[in-house]
Amino acid sequence: MLKEDKLYKIWVYLQAEPLFWITLTLGAYLVGDYLYKKSKLNPLVNPVAISILIVSSVLLLLDVSYDRYFNGAKFIHFMLGPATVALAIPIYEKKNLILKEIKPIIFAIFLGIPFAILVTFYLAKFFNLNEDIILTMIPRNVTAPIAMGIAELIGGIPSLTAIITIITGIIGASLGTFALNIFKIKDMSARGFGFGLASHGIGTARAMSKNKTAGVFAALAMGLSGIATSIFVLIIIKFIF
Amino acid sequence: MLKSLFIIFFFQLLGEAIQKFFEINIPGPVIGLILLLLVFIFFIKSAPPFRKIKKEISETSHQIINYLSLLFVPIGVGVVMHINYLGDNLFKILAIIIIGTLSTLVFVAYIMEKIINLEKKNVKRR
Repeated sequence: MLKEDKLYKIWVYLQAEPLFWITLTLGAYLVGDYLYKKSKLNPLVNPVAISILIVSSVLLLLDVSYDRYFNGAKFIHFMLGPATVALAIPIYEKKNLILKEIKPIIFAIFLGIPFAILVTFYLAKFFNLNEDIILTMIPRNVTAPIAMGIAELIGGIPSLTAIITIITGIIGASLGTFALNIFKIKDMSARGFGFGLASHGIGTARAMSKNKTAGVFAALAMGLSGIATSIFVLIIIKFIF
Repeated sequence: MLKSLFIIFFFQLLGEAIQKFFEINIPGPVIGLILLLLVFIFFIKSAPPFRKIKKEISETSHQIINYLSLLFVPIGVGVVMHINYLGDNLFKILAIIIIGTLSTLVFVAYIMEKIINLEKKNVKRR
């Protein structure tokens, strides 16, 4: 009993420390990444989804609040900003390829962004969702900080937008490859661009892990669609509401 | 490593400051990305001290990007823990996300591939 008591005290101490949650996150990711590589990069074995499931299960089993977890995991979350800045380098290294495809890129942005917005809008109408939920969902294909900003601007609920945006990323990253294969789209820059535009950073991470060219076009699409969506959304919303 | 981390952090800081100052809708890190890209495109050849550090930044950046997936885990866990916020609409929302995301992905990749192939044909004809 005394020994258990001591173990419990150690646990109480450790779970209050960021170190425990950082270690758990890294460990869960290593498992996810191992399975992903073991499956020969099968998109269904998405390393983000696996690590999320492992960490969430641990939190639920041990009855630990998300705030406590995030108090540690925020140190990992923090690197998302610098990683976004770092995407400048692979884009720079492929600049000639990007300039060569500048026309398809412009077309893909000007047709793709309205498509993304309208598809979400009409599907949500079809499913009879309330107006505030529709507005919350509309910016879901762009990177979370931009999506939240847009949601706030158009009258959606930013925290819900964040949740919907992350789910969008995971769906794109884990199912996107199959959809592209069904339609026999082979060009790596086109595939990557689709991933970045439809499922932002998580889609970009998947594309990067599979093919450098696809990854660069995904990163480019993510940045461009973030900027273009914040402009287009305001125009399109005037027409549909 | 340290020098390149400093530069990456510095550009993010610059991006965040510009975002706050001009109250732009684009997140600071994305502005940082654009600024770093511009510096690479326009100054890297003309300024020799930059060239030295170029290789170092490139290596560090690729190392960080290799772990891009990992960085989404903390917010992803938040999604699972807060999924009940979606309430009764959960399944409708999931259906919209799946159909919407996959159709957008295919639509964008499809037109892009079509135009790339059209351009290739035009080049050949010439």
